Amino acid sequence: MLPGFGLTLGTTLLWLSLIVLIPLGALFVKSAALSADQFIAIVTSRRALHAFALSFGLSLAAACVNLVFGAIVVWALVRYRFPGRRLLDAIVDVPFALPTAVAGIALTALYAPSGWIGGLLAPLGIHVAFTPLGIFVALVFIGLPFVVRTVQPALEDLDAELEEAAASLGAGRCMTVRRVVLPTVVPALLTGFTLAFARAVGEYGSVVFIAGNLPNVSEIAPLLIVIRLQEFRYADASAIAVVMLMASLLFLFLINGLQRWTALHTESGR
Amino acid sequence: MSALPIAEVMQETALPEALSESVAARAAIQAPILPRTDVGADPPAVKWLVIAVAAGFLGLFIVLPLVCVFGQAFANGIAAYAAALTDPDTLSAIRLTLIVAAISVAVNTVFGVIGAWAIAKFEFRGKNLLITLIELPFSVSPVIAGLVFVLLFGLQGYLGPWLAGHDVKVIFALPGIALATIFVTFPFVVRELVPLMQQQGTDEEEAALSLGASGLKTFFRVTLPNVKWALLYGVLLCNARAMGEFGAVSVVSGHVRGATNTMPLHVEALYDSYQFAAAFAVSSLLALLALVTLVVKALLETRLAKESRS
Repeated sequence: MLPGFGLTLGTTLLWLSLIVLIPLGALFVKSAALSADQFIAIVTSRRALHAFALSFGLSLAAACVNLVFGAIVVWALVRYRFPGRRLLDAIVDVPFALPTAVAGIALTALYAPSGWIGGLLAPLGIHVAFTPLGIFVALVFIGLPFVVRTVQPALEDLDAELEEAAASLGAGRCMTVRRVVLPTVVPALLTGFTLAFARAVGEYGSVVFIAGNLPNVSEIAPLLIVIRLQEFRYADASAIAVVMLMASLLFLFLINGLQRWTALHTESGR
Repeated sequence: MSALPIAEVMQETALPEALSESVAARAAIQAPILPRTDVGADPPAVKWLVIAVAAGFLGLFIVLPLVCVFGQAFANGIAAYAAALTDPDTLSAIRLTLIVAAISVAVNTVFGVIGAWAIAKFEFRGKNLLITLIELPFSVSPVIAGLVFVLLFGLQGYLGPWLAGHDVKVIFALPGIALATIFVTFPFVVRELVPLMQQQGTDEEEAALSLGASGLKTFFRVTLPNVKWALLYGVLLCNARAMGEFGAVSVVSGHVRGATNTMPLHVEALYDSYQFAAAFAVSSLLALLALVTLVVKALLETRLAKESRS
């Protein structure tokens, strides 16, 4: 029996409470000061509902794009050997490491009507920067590594014999991928999708520059919290934040469940 | 596991040092590293199409913004770039960022190691809940991370009047910025240490203790050397996030140029006042930090993989 259990666990619980649990508790206490009617009025106001719809809707759309292209990137990285593969692998982590504000202004500069990409799209009548489409682009940027880094180990672990068996039993390549490979990586795909979705819902830094931030048009929920804070309407900010936090907790439980499922899946597959 | 794939056995016999270990054990470790191009190979057309789509997507969404940062930073020439970086407000922002990162990395390292010791070396009820709570800050929007400290320490917050009475400034000052940064970087060090320390078990520590070493000596001479690379990995990621954090810090900082603006906030201030080249010049430093972080991370991963194999 090693020493220090009581001391280290006590310190950890105390520190966790001081930095994370009590501050988050303050959020619930603040919004509990509102009556139920007031709370509902705040979170179902037209502006709040629009912000929620925008945040959740665009995050869902971005997570879908990341799911498809993330899977393609993983397939290329795991299954093929080609020059520049390691570089491509390293590039995937850039959105993890690049500060969100830097990503925000870079994407804005690229997609503004005078930018490298925005300039090409503007004659076609497509405007990205300062529209909801711009928010979508930023959310795709920050979500990609979550899908790739979750699915990559699952595909690496996939037993090659399964595919050989399928092929030797006469299954075509398409059928093997659809009926053998896909089912084994589904839990990892879903986990990555949920992680990207959860991250996108709360994202602020990379979005605010490119969004345009028009109320009821391109205003995301985290921005509405900041605006309410700047107006000193703390209770309003807290009510919206509580809804976001509850969504985060839901995602967290979902992700935990999915990860257990993934672990179960990879073990039984061996 | 049934029969070993022939390719793996062949490779084993080609390596002289493999003789000292069982073939099966080494093959099991090496299996995931071997390329799988031989099984169920896709037609070359499919292969190159997939690679092209992957590279195109990453190029468009990730490489191009990165190139854009450096391109825009030098848009007005090198002299303007240098002027932007030596501006007093920029220097102040760099200083504040370094101070905040140093505080949050130091604090999270100490408590990360303490937390990892409790979680990895002992069995107790509610451990999974504790791990979930420690990782909670990753799931919380950065804006909410800032908001909660305003609710506690702001002028209209629960402790605000008391703090004001004692002339202590937390919000719109360094303590608030540090607190918000510690919140968002809370899980980084623990989550790297716990899996490794669990895997290493308690045998070596117990041996040291039975030979008469004190608890602290055991920790510094046995446990710490065993986890040093994982610790460094956690510190690296913690530092990158601490220096780059925007949302949480933005809420608590107050945005006073030359005083409470960190580098990301200074980027925003410059950008909002249409000093685009200067904003990108400061951004280029942060982008460089990100690239250095990724290179060191890759080196550490190689080192960690080697250690877990040996």
